[in-house]
Amino acid sequence: MQDLIAVQTATPPTIIVEGASKYFLRRNSHSFKEAFIGWLQKKKVRTDQFLALDDISFQVGEGESVAILGMNGSGKSTTLKLVSGVLEPDGGRVLTRGRVAGLIEVGAGFHPDLSGRENVYLNAAILGMSRKETDEKFDDIVAFSEIGDFIDQEVKHYSSGMFMRLAFSVAIHVNLDTLLVDEVLSVGDAPFRAKCAQKIKELTARGVTMLVVSHDMNMVQELCSRGIVISKGKMIFDGPITDAVELLRS
Amino acid sequence: MRACPRRATRRRGGNQVSTVDARLYQSPGRGRGVLDVFRRRYLLNLLVRKATATRYRNSVLGWTWSYVKPAAQFAVYYFVMGIILNIHRDVDNFAIYLFSGIVIINLFNEGFGNATNSIVDNGALVRKIYLPRELFPVAAIIVAFVHFLPQVAVLLAICLLLGWTPSLLGIAAVLAGVLIVLVFATGLGLFFGGINVRFRDAQNVVEIIRMFSTWTSPVLYMWTLVIDKMPPWLFHIYMSNPLTVAVEFFHYGFWAPTASSTPGLPPHFGVYAVVAGVVSLIMLVIGQLVFRRFERSFAQDL
Repeated sequence: MQDLIAVQTATPPTIIVEGASKYFLRRNSHSFKEAFIGWLQKKKVRTDQFLALDDISFQVGEGESVAILGMNGSGKSTTLKLVSGVLEPDGGRVLTRGRVAGLIEVGAGFHPDLSGRENVYLNAAILGMSRKETDEKFDDIVAFSEIGDFIDQEVKHYSSGMFMRLAFSVAIHVNLDTLLVDEVLSVGDAPFRAKCAQKIKELTARGVTMLVVSHDMNMVQELCSRGIVISKGKMIFDGPITDAVELLRS
Repeated sequence: MRACPRRATRRRGGNQVSTVDARLYQSPGRGRGVLDVFRRRYLLNLLVRKATATRYRNSVLGWTWSYVKPAAQFAVYYFVMGIILNIHRDVDNFAIYLFSGIVIINLFNEGFGNATNSIVDNGALVRKIYLPRELFPVAAIIVAFVHFLPQVAVLLAICLLLGWTPSLLGIAAVLAGVLIVLVFATGLGLFFGGINVRFRDAQNVVEIIRMFSTWTSPVLYMWTLVIDKMPPWLFHIYMSNPLTVAVEFFHYGFWAPTASSTPGLPPHFGVYAVVAGVVSLIMLVIGQLVFRRFERSFAQDL
């Protein structure tokens, strides 16, 4: 049985989001007691839900770079988490193709007691790389991060800038088809940020699909060609990036 | 880059409308459970190594603690049960009897406890990056197993000093005991690890189970003391506990060959062993199902 989806993008889509909705619970307590009381008063539980994403649909084609824009709490990061698989949609569906990796808060898998080298291998593996792939890219990763000889020191002795640079460097060297970026472009000082933007452009030129969440309008306009604006969980715009930024500024 | 999905093109109202087949796509975040863990062996390996390498960071004695803790536990039990309550008079070589039981129960307690907390402890990762979440409980169980090996080494050394000669059947019994405990602890760990994310009460239930584990299996006493005090149906339940079977396997492998007189294995032990194996496997399946049920909302609940 075939299950056909109409293509809306110029290139074959790598990300398809179809009518995705997500509910969150306004639950602030984690105990059996609360759950039991909630179960007794079934109605009350229902009203405790709120709709974080309401029927979002879009496609991202191969090699396209798309920004998701919106105010704080509009559901941008939730959208990205649905695509990365961290969250599952309550309604609709999300489909991806190829290897998807998220730069959703880089350094989440870093362990302060391990050396920079050990952390590079661990994080590369978390993002789906094999030992061989990491071996091949190890020198590039270290060079890009500008960590130098500190690579064999424990990460807890790193400055926060060094830490972020290494984490970002690992993530950006992963062999992937789709890159999800969440507010991590604000890493490090201006020269390093420029270097990151350069690297990301290289990746898009190579056909890597990008989905970016950011508040940095200049960066977004530089990196992306298309913008999707989300407001209070609803998609209100999908089109050229300049128009999207315009809409958000007004 | 993987091959592009086949595109079918058809005409509709003069415009080209192309379609792709949804079956060529994956749904992010839907894994295949424990099976996925074995597809990511390399990452599992690194997670286990991370845990073992950082376990005793910033401690002077380091891995010595892995010997000191069971030794202290052994000393207390030996003093209270053996000397004060006089069990060592009834049980030949009571020290080995006690230690072989403690070692296998410790494997269970540690694996189970760590697996229960593994998702909450790795919350930063679970919330931000999708990985097969079963990796964390399975890694916790493997770490407990690595930790269990030096204790077995001590047990082996003592047994050899006392003239223990390994028999093929004895070694098979020990391996069977370890396997049962690992499967059972993984199943329970997945079960409570999944629940624990939403209901932290699970941690306390686990504490109680761990406390019971030492006393509801013949670690500190012999099964012969139990059989007289219980109605037969209760004894059947007692013996079907995977931990009881594992402990008896350990006694059979390590202690029995060194003791001059033993009461032997309980009647119908073979049946109990099979039942215990089945119970462990059922627990693994239930654990996996419950884990998947709760997994859907891990990122929200952490």
